[in-house]
Amino acid sequence: MFEPGLYNYWIVVFLMMTGFFVVISRGNLVKKIVGLNIFQTSVFLLYITMGKVDEGTAPILDDRFTAYSNPLPHVLILTAIVVGVATSALGLALVVRIREAYGTVEEDEIAKADEEDAET
Amino acid sequence: MIAANLPALQVVLPLVAAPICVIFRRATAPWLLATAISWAALLVALAILLQVAETGLWSYEVGGWPAPWGIEIRIDLANAFVLLIITVISAIVMPYARHSVAAEISEDKAPLFYSMYLLCFCGLLGITVTGDAFNLFVFLEISSLSSYVLIAMGKDRRAVTAAYQYLIMGTIGATFYLIGVGLLYHVTGTLNMADLAARIEPIEELRTVHAAFAFLIIGLAIKAAIFPLHMWLPNAYCYAPSVVTAFLAATATKVSIYVLIRVTTSVFTPQFSFDVVDVGYVLAPLALIAMLVASTIAIFQTNVKRLLAYSSVAQIGYMILGVSLGTVAGLTAGLVHLFNHAMIKGGLFLALGCIFLRVGAISINNMIGLGRVMPWTMAAFVLGGLSLIGVPLTTGFISKWLLIQASLELGLWIFAVLIVVSSILAIVYVWRIVELAYFRDRAEPAEGEPKVTEAPPIMLIPTWLLILANVYFGIDTDLTVGVAQRAAEVLMGGAP
Repeated sequence: MFEPGLYNYWIVVFLMMTGFFVVISRGNLVKKIVGLNIFQTSVFLLYITMGKVDEGTAPILDDRFTAYSNPLPHVLILTAIVVGVATSALGLALVVRIREAYGTVEEDEIAKADEEDAET
Repeated sequence: MIAANLPALQVVLPLVAAPICVIFRRATAPWLLATAISWAALLVALAILLQVAETGLWSYEVGGWPAPWGIEIRIDLANAFVLLIITVISAIVMPYARHSVAAEISEDKAPLFYSMYLLCFCGLLGITVTGDAFNLFVFLEISSLSSYVLIAMGKDRRAVTAAYQYLIMGTIGATFYLIGVGLLYHVTGTLNMADLAARIEPIEELRTVHAAFAFLIIGLAIKAAIFPLHMWLPNAYCYAPSVVTAFLAATATKVSIYVLIRVTTSVFTPQFSFDVVDVGYVLAPLALIAMLVASTIAIFQTNVKRLLAYSSVAQIGYMILGVSLGTVAGLTAGLVHLFNHAMIKGGLFLALGCIFLRVGAISINNMIGLGRVMPWTMAAFVLGGLSLIGVPLTTGFISKWLLIQASLELGLWIFAVLIVVSSILAIVYVWRIVELAYFRDRAEPAEGEPKVTEAPPIMLIPTWLLILANVYFGIDTDLTVGVAQRAAEVLMGGAP
């Protein structure tokens, strides 16, 4: 179970759970985005790890090598990274607007402000 | 030339138009462009549907790269049907948007609004046409990111928090989907859906395949707002601009449900989904709870938009219930309700948009006496409400009838009873509004307050088009049930 080849996957699982936990447990909107980022990054690592071929080198054709790593997951993850960056940027932009509108980035204080709105 | 490239054109048209909108400074030109693109997309979708109805399957190689290496656009009757839903809604919502957007979004932001709208439109169409699991993720994120922006454009400050909440939930959902696709790629080495299906079958006992299936279903369940993963939906629909609510309520969750159907029947075999792991055991109870609980919550809402949003959660329950039965009849009912609910909720939210334009608020107390001052709008709302309940001669009735038949076919009479109970709950929440609008007198407007008048025709006509579609497709079901039935047969692996 603890084979060295699986080392990366343990890291993936650890990061995934850490990120997910941060998203759920933190009330600070910026920290939630950080957690979301860690969560997404773990998936990037998952893809890149599965592209690794034993003894394989970078996928650039050359007579000296016969085994190459699978480049497809890398390419997929380039796309996913772009998506991740866009998501973080948009999320943080929303946090800025929330801060302008509410004067806070804490979830419980926002909920309280909304309740007061509903009462009036 | 154009005819051969229609599947690509369907996605490319709005994608190219979106950045063009940004160069304008006023609202009129981007609005014209978005409307023209929506109608062009509708024509393309119709052409595709006619073609696919004849040939059965349209496979298109993007950039000339053959599948499974290149990205394949793969359209069968099910996609073509969903394409029609999205484009019809957009073609009707866009003419309506002009006044509504002018009232709710400042002039300098309007071009950005139309740009985001087109991107969202493009994403939804892309999800529907693609035959590549990873490409689907990319389009999913295009539509999601743009819909977060659209929702955040609402006037109320709570729109921004709603968008943020949706962003967190939506990203988790999309990432779950990504994990699922990754695990499948891990064991099969392919991303093409048809290729995946062929390669999964021999190894479907593997734990990795089961885990991938679970990740895919949960990820999509978040995007489709299946109970109890619907928490993002009520606020998002409630505070978004009226046009956005109408468009998203009619299309976004529908597309996610379509993907769910696609994953359970085309990527995995129906035998795997409904016999080996039997996803129906998870989805059916959740669907039933959604139908009852969300309808009950809807009764106690004071904001009419939020009331309809909860009703959407309940209606999503109907669709999922149909899918979870795992039979051709069930899937047909699910697909038909996909179409019918788009008409119902699209029409209702457009009517609410008219009210919002004239009254400026849509709390339930604002509805008092509206039947007299906005007769056409309220009449549309009532007809839509009747269809929501499922009164005969409306589309809602057709959906429920099919669903009850599909349940009884499997001997699940308890499902049929619960469907009826949920319809009774719908009567309660629709009646609350009707009573206020027609049986109470509106207070005279205070000094200096503008008198509430009927909405402009350019908004009423689209609203009525959708509402009349409710009546039309409640009587003539050839298009909806006919196509859905054939699509369901193809999906479930029967002879087309």
